[in-house]
Amino acid sequence: MFYLIQLLNAVQYGLLLFLLASGLTLIFGIMGVINLAHGSFYMVGAYLAYWLAKLTGSLWLAIPIGIVIAFAIGLLLETAIFSRLYKRDHLYQVLLTFGLILIFEELRSILFGDEVHGVAIPALLDYSIPLTDTLSYPVYRLFVTAVCLGVAGLLYFVIHKTRIGMMIRAGTSNREMAASLGVNIPLLFALVFAVGMALAAFAGTIAAPISSVFPGMGNQILIICFVVVVIGGIGSINGAMIASLAIGCADTIGKVIAAEYSAIAVYLVMALILLWRPQGIANKA
Amino acid sequence: MSSAPIIEARELHTYYDASHILHGVDFSVRAGEAVGLMGRNGMGKTTLIRTLVGHVPPRRGELKINGQVMTHAAPHLIARQGIAYVPEGRGVFPNLTVKENLLMAACPRPDQQCEWNFERVLEIFPRLAERLAHGGQQLSGGEQQMLAIGRALMTNPILLILDEATEGLAPLVAREIWQIIKSVRDSGIAAIIVDKNFAALSALTDRNVILVKGRVVFEGSGEELKAKPELLHQHLGI
Repeated sequence: MFYLIQLLNAVQYGLLLFLLASGLTLIFGIMGVINLAHGSFYMVGAYLAYWLAKLTGSLWLAIPIGIVIAFAIGLLLETAIFSRLYKRDHLYQVLLTFGLILIFEELRSILFGDEVHGVAIPALLDYSIPLTDTLSYPVYRLFVTAVCLGVAGLLYFVIHKTRIGMMIRAGTSNREMAASLGVNIPLLFALVFAVGMALAAFAGTIAAPISSVFPGMGNQILIICFVVVVIGGIGSINGAMIASLAIGCADTIGKVIAAEYSAIAVYLVMALILLWRPQGIANKA
Repeated sequence: MSSAPIIEARELHTYYDASHILHGVDFSVRAGEAVGLMGRNGMGKTTLIRTLVGHVPPRRGELKINGQVMTHAAPHLIARQGIAYVPEGRGVFPNLTVKENLLMAACPRPDQQCEWNFERVLEIFPRLAERLAHGGQQLSGGEQQMLAIGRALMTNPILLILDEATEGLAPLVAREIWQIIKSVRDSGIAAIIVDKNFAALSALTDRNVILVKGRVVFEGSGEELKAKPELLHQHLGI
């Protein structure tokens, strides 16, 4: 039973990572933009959940409103700032997005202070399923797992079964050719960027009741997200899925076997996978 | 359809960074016309095409498409004017299946019915019909070329631009591609064709343009060109 709980936790954490990494890998893959501020949107989502839940009294309202706000901010950032940097060197993008991290952190500090905040689990899901006399599993975590699976399924459907998905994949492999077949690349980029931001913020909103809401939470998860993107293969949603679950398991198992060394487990898995496939799981060398 | 030429370019000067590639090129294509673009490697053929489709906007000069000034228009807007581009190297999307490569391009033009749809393209490319579920990277060179042409037709173009469509293909496959180009021509679509095979090219074109170092040095029919063997020898190595 203990191991079942760990497995459930690993999958839940992995799927949450996937929500973040899928946006990051798409933005990196299709536009070639390194977005260090991706983690900041996870934080933005979590703080929006905290603020909107207090304001409206319901996390159920906070989640959709938060997603819409994050999508709008994403669209604004893309058209106002990012679209000017596509043709620049990666160094400019790193500088810009690092600057954005600092701005988001400062804004957070001004608006919400530097304390750790909790977000209440909605009453509907605030109970646990007893597994044995002493062990039980919180329903909210199961809910998060289910929602992430749903979003992953939806994403898979859009990318692989719809025309807009074909255009996104075409744009990832050859931007110019896609444009010459009539695809409005600037519009497609803006949409993908905003959806990526909304996904990151969504991950933040639903994770808030589990992880609580605290300063620097975006940067912590950003590094893990980059690990997922690199070992999954840049630009690949399927690769990101496998990598997310692998990292989720590595992190959880690492904590169980040797808690004091658990931080190493994730990077050990990354090193092994990259030795086996230097281009990432989804991309053959 | 307007009576304006499909493409009317005047005094195009195009640069790659500091290097000046096109030196004031005038170029036009009328509805239904086939133009052969000739010249040795590095003379500016591909640059001229990339300028026409919006990938490398000219620094000076004017480009009109269907009578509208589109000198600095985005490539997708030029494509939506009915200009379809089959680039050198074919540009097949390797991460899409054959079917997806075709379907992603399907773009009904507002001013006319979709003559070219999925079924019709498969009719002229039966080889593709057998390989719909294959990835773009699994095709042979000839099949990739068919896919690139079929995909261009899916956009229902009024002008098809083919850059080195038969390059690197076995002679039999190349002949098949020429057959396809001919049947596309017979359906009334205008074309700009770049190819090293002068005989096959001049048999299909109404007019030929020779570029030398980014300048037009000859413009005329295949007959006129054949009458000047010194031009063929000097500029095309024939």
